[in-house]
Amino acid sequence: MITTRALTKRFGHVEAVCSVGLEVREGDRYGLLGPNGSGKTTLVRMLLGLVYATSGEITVLGQRIPRHAGRALPDIGALIEEPAAYPHLSGRANLRLLDAAGPGGSRRTRRARIEEALERVGLAGIDRRPVKAYSLGMRQRLGLAAALVRRPRLLVLDEPGNGLDPRGIKDIRDLLIELNSAGVTVFLSSHLLGEVSALCTRVGVLDHGRLVLQESLAELQKPTGRVLVETQDAERALALLDGHVERRDGPHLVVRDPDPAGLNARLVGEGVRVASIAQQRRTLEEVVLEVTGAGSDQFGGGGGTSPPSPPRSPSPSTPSPSPRGTGHEVPGA
Amino acid sequence: MIGVELFKLFRRPRTWITAGLICALPLIVAIFVATTHLVPPPGQGSAFLSAVLQDGQLYPAAALALVLPVFLPVAVAIVAGDSIAGEATGGTLRYLLARPVGRTRLLVAKLIAVIAFVLFAIVAVTLTSYATGVLILGPSRAAAVGESPGSGISGSIAPGAGGAPTAGLSAGGAVTSLSGAPLTVLQLAERVIGTVAFITVSMLGVAAIALFLSTVTDSAIGAAMGALATLVGSEVLVTLNAAAVVQPYLPTRYWLAWIDFFRQPILWRDIDRGFGIQAVYVVVFLGAAWANFATKDITA
Repeated sequence: MITTRALTKRFGHVEAVCSVGLEVREGDRYGLLGPNGSGKTTLVRMLLGLVYATSGEITVLGQRIPRHAGRALPDIGALIEEPAAYPHLSGRANLRLLDAAGPGGSRRTRRARIEEALERVGLAGIDRRPVKAYSLGMRQRLGLAAALVRRPRLLVLDEPGNGLDPRGIKDIRDLLIELNSAGVTVFLSSHLLGEVSALCTRVGVLDHGRLVLQESLAELQKPTGRVLVETQDAERALALLDGHVERRDGPHLVVRDPDPAGLNARLVGEGVRVASIAQQRRTLEEVVLEVTGAGSDQFGGGGGTSPPSPPRSPSPSTPSPSPRGTGHEVPGA
Repeated sequence: MIGVELFKLFRRPRTWITAGLICALPLIVAIFVATTHLVPPPGQGSAFLSAVLQDGQLYPAAALALVLPVFLPVAVAIVAGDSIAGEATGGTLRYLLARPVGRTRLLVAKLIAVIAFVLFAIVAVTLTSYATGVLILGPSRAAAVGESPGSGISGSIAPGAGGAPTAGLSAGGAVTSLSGAPLTVLQLAERVIGTVAFITVSMLGVAAIALFLSTVTDSAIGAAMGALATLVGSEVLVTLNAAAVVQPYLPTRYWLAWIDFFRQPILWRDIDRGFGIQAVYVVVFLGAAWANFATKDITA
């Protein structure tokens, strides 16, 4: 759906996006993560033909961007940074105007499509109030409705959760998952890890304009081959699993073993009382913090000035120095 | 897209307020003139003003001459300066372009909306000032003026005195040209259309400059002020004898040449030059606007 090759954008001497090779496949829910100023918005704008690349190629829905953007864009619904609308007009009037402004929006079906989009985002009941009277959350929903009016095949959403309360974020997440299961590919950028890990199936991480990671979420969060065990009988377990325990911290053990069920049976069989046992998985946060430096809104210090690391896919065989398990924080590790 | 732009233009309260203000100025002037009967002598002050006391039906011409130097250009500069920069500031520009609306297409639609605004404003001024003229100044005061020759406005009775822009109503009821010869209704209609066309083209020159600046900056007020600064600069140079070398090329040099439409025969020299110089400004600045906008990174 979206492919970029060696995509680079320079603003003067600043390299905002550097040699990015994005790949979004049909049916993905792709989350583009990155600290503030990492180039997410510039990348999204290039995909939509708003900003012209310095070098590199972009293909969206099989069309070259920006040359044939006019053929691809009618099938794309976009939310670019904040939503925008004419403040003195009502939400419906805004959607009508935007739909009438470009190709691919039949006048005959316009009313029905607008009502459907408004209903989907939870604004079916809005009255004739002008948009300037809307709350931030309502504007965000209206922006999403505008993206949905033409029933797009691809959604490109820049920070879709902005301005929404937890309820609204959940609504939008459910909506995106529902649309995705109906065949819509979703590409969103965010700096909220929790949002991306709850919604996306594939993740790309942008840091200082470089794509430092691009992998499916399942692959990133697959078991590390270690098991986290909590037991009062840590000494006995240590003796029993001699050589397999990588670290011990009080009752908490990190055991190198790919099979938690087998390990559990063995420990219990030997009379070790197991309080909890779980496969160790890396969190998205760990993965992202490992591959990114300091955000570019930080100046001075170390991380920001170090050369960005090349694209790589962290694998369980080369774990980060201190992997921690979900829900099994090891104090002082 | 053109329909969308026209809808946006005429649904904006600003459009109506601006047009209202433009129409209000001639109304205020008419009230003062009607109550005091004091007008500038022919050849001085605003064109046609000395003639309207004899015939209120001429007031539209005087009204256009009143609003053209300042009011109308300010309004046009604001509307045209806002056209792209305003969308950029509001954030709607990126959604329009991602909709997608081609950049050239958007620029053309904006230009047509500005032309529509200019025509709307001119027609509104013409109609309201005609009504004002007839209702406040009266349909024909030639007789009344003639009865009181000592009233200080007798100079305006002689049409075309000193080549000054003044016109009057002949005894037969036909409108006379500035040169004194009577005009038929058909001739008058032709000349009014010619006037509207000339003023529209003059305002298009302003619009082209403002539209170009509007694609350069994301600040609507900056674009409007830039265009107005150009016009004020031009007006200053037009009155400066030392700048005679560049005067034929200044955008405001021939702005009032439409007065020549009301001479018999029409004095084409300045009108032609006015059309010519405005065409050059329009082509150059619209070309620059297009070249800039079509290649610009939209980061707003």
